[in-house]
Amino acid sequence: MITIIRKELADYFTSVRCFILFLLVLLASAAGLYAAYEGIRGVDISTGFVFINLFTTSGESIPSLVTFIGIFVPIIGIALGFDAINREYSTGTMSRILSQPIYRDSVINGKFLAGIITLAIMMATTLLIVSGFGLRMIGVPPSAEEIIRLFIYFVSIVIFGAFWMGLAILFSVIIRNLAISLLASLAVWLFFGFFYTMLIVPAVAKTVDMYLVLLRLSPNTLFDEATMAMLLPQSRGLGLLASGEVSYMIPNPLPLGQSLLLVWPQLTTMIALAAVCFAVSYIVFMRQEIRAT
Amino acid sequence: MDKKIVLETQDLTKRYDGNTVVDHLNLHVAENEVFGLLGPNGAGKTTTILMLLGLTEPASGSARIFGFNSTREPLKVKSLTGYLPERLGFYDGLTARQNLRFIARLNNMGNDEANQQIDQVLEAVGLTKVADTAVGKFSRGMKQRLGIADVLVKEPRLAILDEPTAGLDPEGINQILDLITGLPKMGTTVVMCSHRLYEVQRICHSIAILAAGKLVVEGALDTLGREALAGGRYRIEVETADSSPQLVEIIGKIKGVKSVEVEGNFLHVTTDSDLRAAISKAVVDNGVALTQVKMQEFSLDDIYKKYFKEG
Repeated sequence: MITIIRKELADYFTSVRCFILFLLVLLASAAGLYAAYEGIRGVDISTGFVFINLFTTSGESIPSLVTFIGIFVPIIGIALGFDAINREYSTGTMSRILSQPIYRDSVINGKFLAGIITLAIMMATTLLIVSGFGLRMIGVPPSAEEIIRLFIYFVSIVIFGAFWMGLAILFSVIIRNLAISLLASLAVWLFFGFFYTMLIVPAVAKTVDMYLVLLRLSPNTLFDEATMAMLLPQSRGLGLLASGEVSYMIPNPLPLGQSLLLVWPQLTTMIALAAVCFAVSYIVFMRQEIRAT
Repeated sequence: MDKKIVLETQDLTKRYDGNTVVDHLNLHVAENEVFGLLGPNGAGKTTTILMLLGLTEPASGSARIFGFNSTREPLKVKSLTGYLPERLGFYDGLTARQNLRFIARLNNMGNDEANQQIDQVLEAVGLTKVADTAVGKFSRGMKQRLGIADVLVKEPRLAILDEPTAGLDPEGINQILDLITGLPKMGTTVVMCSHRLYEVQRICHSIAILAAGKLVVEGALDTLGREALAGGRYRIEVETADSSPQLVEIIGKIKGVKSVEVEGNFLHVTTDSDLRAAISKAVVDNGVALTQVKMQEFSLDDIYKKYFKEG
């Protein structure tokens, strides 16, 4: 399996696809930094957190870095996974690899792990670049708690990306045509990213509770909530609060442990979703016939 | 058979969507021979190979390679077996050497061993000059050669080659066939599929013909040839200066000769065994000048046609 991971990583890092993705990520970092540059003077620093605002502050017209990340991570996941299995079939390399003395699952495991490593490297790069430039810009170093919060945020990015990559790999196992499997993954992304939250959930939901439950079926919502709880320590609950409740809130940040408790269900659900996607593609792949034609 | 059997199938059967693609197939391949698997398109050759390698599960029956069950112990089978798929593909972005190295690594070969072996097989298939060129730039024939190198790099005890000469020019075909002929001496048994009968005839020791998933005939090539051509007998062609009726009579009396037909200066003698020496002696002793004596060659075409007429 190590051999396959090594080869996949080498493939990713020498491919044009990854180069383009890295450019995109760099662009997003630059835009996020610019947004922070525009907006950071206006943030409320009474919470005691300064550095973390680099990531969540939006500019006059530019959205914040976390917004960019929320959009790009699914795209990166899909781009890394949509052709994982079906390309091997279409180039005719699958039967050659499978006739070597390796277990069949090491092919799909290797590809999934290599994808996650690539994704993790990309996102770590983004966060480090922004941190570095941001540090120069504002001159306030991050506190230990901020570093931990950022690290948990990074972990949740990787999990979120792993879900989209798992989904894309699932399509690449089921659908033999590269273009169609890409389109299928993108369709799911568009569905959850736009139609589901904006059209379907408001139309279907009858009560606030139902609205929240439906909304949280979407991995995007889960990720957004995880982001919020980690990077905006002053948020005390996820979802909607009645205006009466808000007026009783003490405007101070939650300690790290409490933020973690808040976000724990979101994280576990995302892990579960990613695991389900991967497990289904694993099973389908293992049972797939290597046919003569 | 006195030779060790390395590949054996027992009632191997495969069904796709209710169609029986391979039907109770019983094959036997002896060690260090070149075995030809023949049959029209869709006869189930490739499906059989996939089952041999444990890539596809048989509906019933079993295959054993070097005593290992292909379905239950695929890793052991695959570490001893090299497979050249019919539609072979490489990673276009990698060089020939990198492609081979990947396969060598998957076979747990050490770096030094792999490099040495890669150089050796690239040399054998004549790709040394382009070893560091990306495979995407290779021609069809070069890819085919690389495919052979790919099979040999793991030093298999059994090589299964599906259409090894497809897409090659005549010179390339000769090279590859010579290479395949040399494999048994190095301890590699070869099973190959091909539609080019003359190739099979040239290099194979035994063949099996499949049609619609069933085994039509299996056996050593020369035996099958005689069966197809002369009902299991030998046909000897004798050319003399003068084929007189006495000569015909004398040859007809040699023990083992079944019949003699005259056709100009040629005598077609049908016999039970190789009687060329006895016939030449009889001709010369009779004072007739002998021009040539030769065993009539059968062609695989004849075998193929015979069984397909019957089938």
